[in-house]
Amino acid sequence: MRRITSLLFLLGLGLLIAAVFRDMAFGGAVLAGDAINATAAREVGAANFVSAVVLAYRGIDTLLELGILFTAAVVGGLVLGRPRPEATHDADAGFILRAGADLYFPLFLVVGLYIVLHGHLTPGGGFQGGVILASAFFIPVLARPGSSLDQRVISVIEGLAGAAFILIGLLAMTDGKAFLTPLLDKGELGTLLSAGSLPLLYAAVGLKVGAELAGLLAHLANAEAVD
Amino acid sequence: MDIVVLITVIVMLGSAVAVLLFREWLAALAAFSVVSLALSVLFVILRAPDVAMTEAAVGAGLGSLLFALALRRLGLWHIEKKR
Repeated sequence: MRRITSLLFLLGLGLLIAAVFRDMAFGGAVLAGDAINATAAREVGAANFVSAVVLAYRGIDTLLELGILFTAAVVGGLVLGRPRPEATHDADAGFILRAGADLYFPLFLVVGLYIVLHGHLTPGGGFQGGVILASAFFIPVLARPGSSLDQRVISVIEGLAGAAFILIGLLAMTDGKAFLTPLLDKGELGTLLSAGSLPLLYAAVGLKVGAELAGLLAHLANAEAVD
Repeated sequence: MDIVVLITVIVMLGSAVAVLLFREWLAALAAFSVVSLALSVLFVILRAPDVAMTEAAVGAGLGSLLFALALRRLGLWHIEKKR
């Protein structure tokens, strides 16, 4: 009965949203996209202009987004609490999951690092690559619940990455520019070493997101086994 | 192109309803991640590969993982025997 009620509720919500959107012009509005697309490659030097927006034009938004993620991870850890030292763990998973974890760990690591390091060239970047890195480190924990990630190492990586992001932003201010202005040589458009300090910023974002989410997932997995 | 969009939307709607109707927690979780995967296909068709990547990594990957861990912690991580 409750499921039917929620379906009805969703139907009503959908009708409401449809009614609101019916009179809205879609795609006809004046958008900033074309203007940014025309100037981003010259001004920032990033081939993927989404990352030019995320890190150069709206870098402070990204910093605040990292702050939101950090707060969420801290609150998650607070709610979950610390597992008792004598608490028992679940038994190791079956052969297929264990073998799959061994196979997927290096694959996810390479894919995640690739996406982080090529964030200024191809779609993707620090957030997406960071999530994949977190899953890479988490899959072994899923296969062998007894082995846990070292929370201290994770928080050190997370803190250093976050500090690096802010430091790169502050370095621009010593030149009298605005906070998080892209630094360094722009290089040749489309090569790996281009777009100035954007790859460094994305590496910091990737490490921070990856460490944070891996810590949160490991915290959740470390919860006491169900009796 | 329109047919691909139509199929993707139908898959999304079908699995979204299936999430509500499945009695197995595991099956509902799998259907939930199918919604996210189909949505990321839709984002690729709409030429938003960055958003598609985020949807696939966060929605289908991390979200399902979080739900799976929550199910395991609540002791619902098993397939019920047929009675």
